[in-house]
Amino acid sequence: MTAPAHTPVQAKSITATDLDLYYGSFLAVKGVNITIEPNKVTALIGSSGCGKSTFLRSLNRMHELVPGAYADGEVLLDDVDIYAADADPVQVRRQIGMVFQAPNPFPTMSIYDNVAAGLKLNSRKIKKSDLDAIVERALRGANLWDEVKDRLGKPGMGLSGGQQQRLCIARATAVEPDVLLMDEPASALDPISTLAIEDLITELKKEYTIVIVTHNMQQASRASDNTAFFNIEGTGKPGRLVEVDTTEKIFSNPTHKETEDYVSGRFG
Amino acid sequence: MSTEPTQREDVTDTDPNADVPGLGSLASNAHAHAEDAHTVAAPARVRPPVQVAGKVLPGWAPWGIVAATAVVMAGLVAAIGWNWALWVVGTVVVGGAAQYVVSRAVEGKRRATDRGFTYAIVAAFALALAPLISLLYTVVSRGAARFDGEFFTWSMRGVIGEGGGAVHAIYGTLIITGCATLISVPIGILAAIYLQEYGQGRLKRALTFFVDVMTGIPSIVAGLFAFSLFSIFFGPGIRLGIMGSVALSVLMIPIVVRSTEEMLRIVPNSLREASYALGVSKWRTIVKVVLPTALGGIVTGVVLAVARIIGETAPLLITVGVVSSVNVNPFDGRMQNLAVFAFNSYKSPGVPPEPSIDRAWTAALVLILIVMVLNITARFIYRRFGTEIR
Ligand SMILES: Nc1ncnc2c1ncn2[C@@H]1O[C@H](COP(=O)(O)OP(=O)(O)OP(=O)(O)O)[C@@H](O)[C@H]1O
Ligand SMILES: [Mg+2]
Repeated sequence: MTAPAHTPVQAKSITATDLDLYYGSFLAVKGVNITIEPNKVTALIGSSGCGKSTFLRSLNRMHELVPGAYADGEVLLDDVDIYAADADPVQVRRQIGMVFQAPNPFPTMSIYDNVAAGLKLNSRKIKKSDLDAIVERALRGANLWDEVKDRLGKPGMGLSGGQQQRLCIARATAVEPDVLLMDEPASALDPISTLAIEDLITELKKEYTIVIVTHNMQQASRASDNTAFFNIEGTGKPGRLVEVDTTEKIFSNPTHKETEDYVSGRFG
Repeated sequence: MSTEPTQREDVTDTDPNADVPGLGSLASNAHAHAEDAHTVAAPARVRPPVQVAGKVLPGWAPWGIVAATAVVMAGLVAAIGWNWALWVVGTVVVGGAAQYVVSRAVEGKRRATDRGFTYAIVAAFALALAPLISLLYTVVSRGAARFDGEFFTWSMRGVIGEGGGAVHAIYGTLIITGCATLISVPIGILAAIYLQEYGQGRLKRALTFFVDVMTGIPSIVAGLFAFSLFSIFFGPGIRLGIMGSVALSVLMIPIVVRSTEEMLRIVPNSLREASYALGVSKWRTIVKVVLPTALGGIVTGVVLAVARIIGETAPLLITVGVVSSVNVNPFDGRMQNLAVFAFNSYKSPGVPPEPSIDRAWTAALVLILIVMVLNITARFIYRRFGTEIR
């Protein structure tokens, strides 16, 4: 396979309108209005507990997996409401993939099976040769192919943390979603692996719309095109979206004072 | 160890980063200390010398003390009339006390306490093990007499007195237990999946409660349940192998539910979420991700549950009855099984009684061997297929 791993593909946009997110009766995130542009990397930043993960997980309906949690509002994938009454969360998650903070390969599966998991678990009928090609493409796309091509049959848990995380990215991209959500994907990794993941993200945006949560300001400024800043007034209050703009603007000349305080390291 | 400080000094002396502020101040600190040690003769406060060694009793001391106590106790007990029980109990108690006193005098309080508790734990362990060893010894020594080829090839059909075997009981045990497993495992695992993955609110709480109650059902009650259940449909006096399986299932299901639930609980949520995030449905996630991850533990739990019910006697006595010839059809007529066989051979041995009683012991031995094999299998399965869950 000599073709480049990432040929440009028109990805999809996400638009959230008046989105409120609850855990039971607790309003965790209030009134989010945002448009996430296609084929761009959007970084979500903000202090701990302000609802970044909650918002991110609401974008592929993982939020409601927490008992009692629900969302109120509208989230459009291009122009389809993923919270419509007839929307199937399982279908939604096939279009909008997710990579988690801690790498979580399936411990019972080999490297190959981990990457093929999304296709195999859904028991889509796929020829072995096609599956091989998909797995190779996904692993190449995640910059992992050269490291694992000789041990595809070995357990995925046998890889290092950074490799496991890239394996998880390969697993998420193998099902060819439209959007890729990443919750602090590099927070458990060393600087080199972190850079590898960031480069990968820059590559991946040719094919996907990417939303990434990060606490690392450099990472946000290096890897993202747009940045959304979340903040919270105090404990028990709901988090809210303060502003979203190009990363350049947020880091050099934000509209709101609190954004400036946050990105420059001043609080309160 | 002793060369380390000088090496460190070398490093600080030749450290090329010495003028980095943080490192520099550290290095100069080190110099200051080193100079202190050379120039200041008498520091203000002297720390006690390093002491990590203490007086310790030699390794043989615990045994020696107990042995000495045993000898002394033997003398004392002999003086008032020999009594094995008194001697053993006296040795254990006095030996422990003596050890504590000696250790306290030589080694001090902390080690004495340590020795005291070690002794108590070993003694308790030996106490718990004694009946088991005695039982194994008795069963092996008495069961060995008929542990022969005939025992495993003959039934009791037409056998009076010597000879005969228990092949019908072995078949019966395996078939009845096998059917019970076939009934219990699907019900138990599916129930556990419901409780752990789907169940919510009152229904879940009610089911958990009833599983707990089922765990406590006396086995004879389970037998009576199966007996009356089948009596309703087939009239009173019916005796079938499958009735025994149903009775055993009542005992086995709660064990399977409990152990499976426990194994499902330790499957990390992050794996479920990883699967959901790939657009996999909940049921497929459970079947393809959660169950395989927990498989080793689930199988181990099932095997241990089988080991637990395979020796049941009372419920089988009233549901499958007693028969002396081979019957491998659990849906037709009585069956024999090892526990009931042993019980029955012992209870009504006939004349002369010895051959029958020998067979009873051998049946007990075979049963113990089967349980042992099952336990070893369970361990093996867990080692081999148990997934490392982090
Ligand atoms: N499972 C849950 N049940 C109840 N409340 C929750 C749950 N998860 C998060 N919350 C609450 O929702 C709010 C937002 O949490 P969230 O995890 O989205 O924050 P975050 O911005 O991702 O923080 P961090 O940067 O530390 O990851 C917090 O007040 C948190 O306590
Ligand atoms: Mg978070």
